Amino acid sequence: MSDANIHGNSHSGTHSQLDAAPSGHHEHAHDPKAEARVYIATLSGLLILTAITVGASYIQFGSSAANIVIALTIATIKAVLVSLFFMHLLHEKPVNAIIAIAGFLFLGIFLMFDFLDVGSRANVQPTNLHVPVAAAPVAPGVATPAADVRKE
Amino acid sequence: MEHTLTPGAVLGDRPRPEKNYLNETTGIWSWMTTIDHKRIGIMYLCGVSTAFLIGGVFALLVRLALLNPQHTLFGRVWVTAETYNRFFTLHGVVMVFLFIIPSIPASLANFVLPMMLGAKDVAFPRLNLASFYLWVGGAIFGITAMVLGGVDTGWTFYTPYSTTTDGSVGLMVMAAFILGFSSIFTGLNFIATVHKLRAPGMGWFDMPLFVWGIYATALIQILATPVLAITLVLLLLERTYKIGIFDPAYGGDPVLFQHFFWFYSHPAVYIMIVPGMAIISELIPTFSRKTIFGYRAIAYSSVSLALLSFIVWGHHMFVAGESDLANVVFSALTFLVAIPSGVKVFNWLSTMYKGNISFETPMLYALSFLFLFAIGGLTGIFFSTLAVDIHLTDTYFVVAHFHYVMMGSTVIAFFGGIHYWWPKMTGRMYSEKWGAIACALIFVGFNMTFGSQFIMGGQGMPRRYFNYLDKFQPIHAFSTYGSWVLAVGLFMMAINLLVSLKTGKRAPDNPWGGTTMEWESSSPPVFHNFEHQPVLEHEPYDYRHRTVTHV
Amino acid sequence: MEQQADTTKIGMWLFLVTEVLTFGGLFAGFGLMQSRYPQEFIEAHEHLQRPLGALNTVVLLVSSFTMVMAVLAARTNQSKKTVRYLIMTIACAFIFLGVKYFEYSHKFEEGLLPGSFYHTQATDTVKIINAAGQVVPSHGYATFFSFYFMMTGLHGIHILAGIGLLTWIAIRANRGEFSSAYYTPVDLVGLFWHLVDLIWIYLFPLYYLIS
Repeated sequence: MSDANIHGNSHSGTHSQLDAAPSGHHEHAHDPKAEARVYIATLSGLLILTAITVGASYIQFGSSAANIVIALTIATIKAVLVSLFFMHLLHEKPVNAIIAIAGFLFLGIFLMFDFLDVGSRANVQPTNLHVPVAAAPVAPGVATPAADVRKE
Repeated sequence: MEHTLTPGAVLGDRPRPEKNYLNETTGIWSWMTTIDHKRIGIMYLCGVSTAFLIGGVFALLVRLALLNPQHTLFGRVWVTAETYNRFFTLHGVVMVFLFIIPSIPASLANFVLPMMLGAKDVAFPRLNLASFYLWVGGAIFGITAMVLGGVDTGWTFYTPYSTTTDGSVGLMVMAAFILGFSSIFTGLNFIATVHKLRAPGMGWFDMPLFVWGIYATALIQILATPVLAITLVLLLLERTYKIGIFDPAYGGDPVLFQHFFWFYSHPAVYIMIVPGMAIISELIPTFSRKTIFGYRAIAYSSVSLALLSFIVWGHHMFVAGESDLANVVFSALTFLVAIPSGVKVFNWLSTMYKGNISFETPMLYALSFLFLFAIGGLTGIFFSTLAVDIHLTDTYFVVAHFHYVMMGSTVIAFFGGIHYWWPKMTGRMYSEKWGAIACALIFVGFNMTFGSQFIMGGQGMPRRYFNYLDKFQPIHAFSTYGSWVLAVGLFMMAINLLVSLKTGKRAPDNPWGGTTMEWESSSPPVFHNFEHQPVLEHEPYDYRHRTVTHV
Repeated sequence: MEQQADTTKIGMWLFLVTEVLTFGGLFAGFGLMQSRYPQEFIEAHEHLQRPLGALNTVVLLVSSFTMVMAVLAARTNQSKKTVRYLIMTIACAFIFLGVKYFEYSHKFEEGLLPGSFYHTQATDTVKIINAAGQVVPSHGYATFFSFYFMMTGLHGIHILAGIGLLTWIAIRANRGEFSSAYYTPVDLVGLFWHLVDLIWIYLFPLYYLIS
């Protein structure tokens, strides 16, 4: 953990705003009791949201897509609460928040283009070969996946 | 601190400190346990050079196998199709994972980047050493895989072939996995270093452009490599437990593997090329004695290349069953890559315009780079054009294109960088004459080898094929002869550098009249890089105050 | 000191980003396979016990709270309190693993296993004909459990690593090594632990709730 120890000279106070704390110094700015209250409030919020999401999962909101959106939205709110308060991103130097956001942004890019392709692809095997089970011809020598057919 | 260098200063008349990083401590153990970024950089340089040698031998064997369509040597058939598949796979795997990805960042940048920032070391020196040993571990896995039968999947490990073929695919995949973490640690270290260890007074836009390039590279290493790691784990699990994600026989989607793989491996192409561009951004102003043209444009173009690299990976899958919509989107986005690349090239050319250009060996490599990168970059645009891509996919045109970018650009820039910083790293000057001859041979040999492949590819010669039509024989033979010229040039370069360690003239502190901070140290530098903490007093590449005499 | 704490913290956040993207690959795979086998995934997910998942979610959220309280105690020079909160965090981690063990052994008994280990379930409604002409359950069921075990397994490995780290800093805290002047290790382990929590926050609804 003391890997940075060998840098005897501290290059401080020379960096651009990206590395600078937003105002003053966060660590000692609050009194510990108030801070503990914030954490308790955060935990309560997280537990309530957990109850809501479990409850919501027993209700059908029209389509399964609606249920997915609701569950993931609540999960995202919880994730934001954890990162802002438990992980101190709210009072942290901006550079750390930028790093964290970049991580999720690039994960988003990854997911977005994957789903763009899969969602718009003509899916030929094996899920959309609607051949009745009984009549399914299994040609000899045909590779396994192509011969797979699906019964609905 | 002097603003101006008197003509005598560059000739090294300053007394040299007795102790430097090379002789501060001695013995093999002092190297193996070092946390000095300079020594780790040197160890990496030795490691990646060895990998380059191994990968190079496989490349020569590939070319030799294709000398004639009968695969005969002195009248006898000497190679089978299976062996040939292993040759090109091992060439690819070694060159990509063991050599080119760590090449510039882990060796040269490890040595130079902290010095350019005026720092004593990287942010996490022990992590830096750990990264090196991970590289060694990955190399051991890779070499074990080669000894135990080799791998015939190509470096891309496409499923379902890679999940069903025999051979040491598992070991090779483990090797790539471990090397990925080595790369992640290097990137993490550089980002923290750039953020926190810049010299007093050095803002973001006072950093040398090499640092900008390496910073952009480190961003890619951090953001893309983890996806490769998990993809390789999935591949291993699919191979052993048939988990049903990539292999259609078990309900998987092979195109998904390509998505996962290229989400890393396309940005990885920029892990390779952006550091090369970063070196060129140092060489051109130094040897043109002129302030870089468009500093901010080059800095931003490095970062935007890094970001763009994440949204174009689908162009590797235009004919792999990707949807038409995704094809069109990826095609359009891929064209964007040309913009920052073009920005860089035009800024380099503008820097040279009316400059006081001299043709030392590093500059010869930089000029080779400009020529070869222009070809490699422009042929890349062919592939982003959907209709043309369908004709050219999986032909030698692709092989030629990416070798012009990888070998012709990155490796040439790497050689330029080695020659540029060699006096700083070793304290010795090499022979300029032999350096120039080697560079010329490499340039000619390279163009013979790969220029001819553009022609074959355009005529439809498919890549990775063992057999070919007789009409391609003369071009294939020409390409093979070119590979020999290239090999001679490379050996000449290596011998020239190694000989200089023994008999080379002692290097002055600043042999080329460079303006960045690493030249303010002695050659070779002392253990903590600088005798005095350097302070930024002028912009990078500020030649207005400098009078420079050539050695 | 200030400078070092900042530097290590940037390093830690960068590491967390690599963690997010590593899990991200699995999340992407899960999502894409779900879009390929929607019916199979719905049926397979009925085998998971929602109350146990919810229980583990609560356990991890509470452990995140005790962790952040440990950081606060370390920062305000309360070594005893730091140790106490760290022990509570470790206890939560063990409860989580205990519940997970119960769930896993249940799945093992029922043959709800990844990939080729998946036993044919009589209740699986989506059938396909394989090359040999036999009617067998769709691959989607096995794929669901492949992902279930890979993702919760990787998460479990992180819990184990977290227990190791928490024990290590609890011992150091017990020796009185941390104070308002130096508590970086507690802070960093805290960040790691919260990330483990954060990943579970997404795993829980995706596996246990969405139907």
